Amino acid sequence: MSDRIPATTDKKPSPQADIINIHTLSVYVNNQPGVLGRICNVFSRRGFNIESLVVSQTRNPRFSRMTIGISGHPEGLHQIIMQVSKLIDVIHCQEHTDRDAVSKEMVLVKIAAGPENRTEILQIVGHYNGKTVDLQEDSLICLLSGNTDKLDAAIRLLSKFEIIETIRTGKVVMARGLTDT
Amino acid sequence: MHTPPMDGAQALIKTLADLGIEYVFGYSGGAALPIFDALETVKTNMKFVLVRHEQGAVHMADGYARATGKPAVVLVTSGPGAGNTITGLMTAQMDSVPMIVLCGQTVSWMLGKDAFQEADIFNITQPVVKHNFLIKETNDLPRIAKEAYHIATTGRPGPVLIDIPKDKSQAPFTGTFDEPMDLPGYHPEEALKIDQSSVKEAAKLIAQAKRPIILAGQGAMIARADKELLMLAETLGCPVTTTLLGKGVFPETHPLSLGMLGMHGTAYANKAICEADLIFNVGSRFDDRIIGKPHMFGRNAKLIHVDIDASEFNKMIQVDVTIKGDAKAVLSDLLPLVEKLPTTEWLEHLDTYKKKFPLTYKKQGGLRMQQVIDEFYQLTEGKAIISTDVGQHQMWAAQFYKNDSSYHWLSSGGAGTMGFGFPAAIGAQFACPDKTVISISGDGGFQMTLFELATAAIHKLPIKILILNNSYLGMVRQWQELFFDNRESGVDLLGNPNFVKLGEAYGIKGWHIRRPADVTRILQQALDYNDGPCIIEAECIKHENVFPMIPAGAALEDMITEAPKHKMEKPTGST
Repeated sequence: MSDRIPATTDKKPSPQADIINIHTLSVYVNNQPGVLGRICNVFSRRGFNIESLVVSQTRNPRFSRMTIGISGHPEGLHQIIMQVSKLIDVIHCQEHTDRDAVSKEMVLVKIAAGPENRTEILQIVGHYNGKTVDLQEDSLICLLSGNTDKLDAAIRLLSKFEIIETIRTGKVVMARGLTDT
Repeated sequence: MHTPPMDGAQALIKTLADLGIEYVFGYSGGAALPIFDALETVKTNMKFVLVRHEQGAVHMADGYARATGKPAVVLVTSGPGAGNTITGLMTAQMDSVPMIVLCGQTVSWMLGKDAFQEADIFNITQPVVKHNFLIKETNDLPRIAKEAYHIATTGRPGPVLIDIPKDKSQAPFTGTFDEPMDLPGYHPEEALKIDQSSVKEAAKLIAQAKRPIILAGQGAMIARADKELLMLAETLGCPVTTTLLGKGVFPETHPLSLGMLGMHGTAYANKAICEADLIFNVGSRFDDRIIGKPHMFGRNAKLIHVDIDASEFNKMIQVDVTIKGDAKAVLSDLLPLVEKLPTTEWLEHLDTYKKKFPLTYKKQGGLRMQQVIDEFYQLTEGKAIISTDVGQHQMWAAQFYKNDSSYHWLSSGGAGTMGFGFPAAIGAQFACPDKTVISISGDGGFQMTLFELATAAIHKLPIKILILNNSYLGMVRQWQELFFDNRESGVDLLGNPNFVKLGEAYGIKGWHIRRPADVTRILQQALDYNDGPCIIEAECIKHENVFPMIPAGAALEDMITEAPKHKMEKPTGST
């Protein structure tokens, strides 16, 4: 989430990455102050770190949808979901995987680029169905969206250029088919 | 009909009275002024008790609830007043005790601006309450009070806090009292819908058992499943052990009772757990005090776990069958599916353990806490409400004061809060004016909340305040003796007051007990004295240890029943 991470380390797995998975939880909650804090308390107390977080009002303005990416040992995850579920302000909480849900996120990438390498950047961005949302004499911002792997791959290719910063939204998920998320 | 205009505070007090609240324990202050005024202006049957410290108020409400199953209200002011409730809230939350805590708060437009006596109590208390509210609209007060009561008392009970900015409590109330509750994420009624397939699965496992044991916790008590539990045990011919908080839900004098299990439980209960082929847990959360080493617990047994809170399943140990729901409902569904088990041999086997490892103490060589508790038990025929503090005396009280009915044993289990016992006894005596209430504390814990002597004295509550004084923080000293080469550090309570004289300063009657021969006579005098509280200070021997003992984090098999001859490893578990 921090700025100016050297691009080469962007995707380098941390030593624990193999055993600590990132899980995506979709939490349907009352749209009220303090709800996020209650949920974060449950995770932090059990040593789960929040890797991404997207919160927005649902079509019914009295409820909000939180999509939370958390990392931590899978052991105990089910129990944490139960602990979150029992919060009075939580209507329901469930884990989603790529199999049962579609998952998308968005990234803005700001690259220091002049006329000499602009074309190559635009080619890469175009290949990933991204677009340029800001174009200056010496920099550009491109917008890419898709699943996490796709964005990682695009950033890896772009990292041969001088990336000033990347900002990711964190992923949102939606259950496939007629099932509610 | 014309009703006179009300302000928010008055609407709140009226709602709480209509909900059946009997007692408000509290301490006044600026931000709570409108609510205190409403206590005077709204005519209700609620009684207000002015305490001497906010922590005392919360423990009183806690004791009231543990003696009745009903919630009381705590009313405090903002900032330090609210902050002083934290330990009491944590104590109640850990032990699933219902209560409603009202905090005054600075005016809403000053929130977050470091106003005088402002504390962000809404966020501070989130981890130690079942739920909390910050009032934003005056007209929400009756609805939120009802929601707080509902949340506190249903499902797995717990404390609920309402933070009330002063401008909201003193603004005119223009709403209605019948606005329905709005809790879309809270469905305690589901606890009565029991998954019958898991009940059948449990019955199947039970039918195969030869060495079964029932482990009953406070959940069974809260569900008022005493009768069903007794029927289950007697139908199966199955021994029963209870947790510390479950004491009384199954009569401890019943032949099938094994008493309390766990760290300082009876040897026979712990051995029964180790040798059982089926552990049926109803309403206990497999707390670390009873399971020791998680992967060793019940590893030769099939495990069934009945709990109203699904987040307790597989938290500490993996079990074979889980049944989510109200304990009474689950047991009622289970009873028709089970029949007598061939347990004669098993029970005989456990009886040999009962004979070989009885709970016992020496009557020679000085006054022991166990003797004082045991004689109180004999004199009251086990019928008193016992409120304990935390430490050695608590474990001895659990061992020697046998409880035959629910809601007679008040003790801070999960939180282990020193200073709990005496104010909790006050709450219990308010709740049950006709019952004998005995507060059993050590000299350490008693001094943490002794300021409530004034509250007990003013209301002439006939509490028997037993102070078992060994001038030590005895349980910590025991650990230092056993695991830290007997290096005493921070445990010597040199400079204790004369507790009887301290009581005199409050106009409270008191006695010293110094010799074993005096115990019965003085306890009887205390029991006969009912004009107000009385203090019995028993000066006990200093170096006595609680056994049996399972070192924290050790397996139940590693229980020691007497002082070890060799040096012990430092325990791996917490405290």
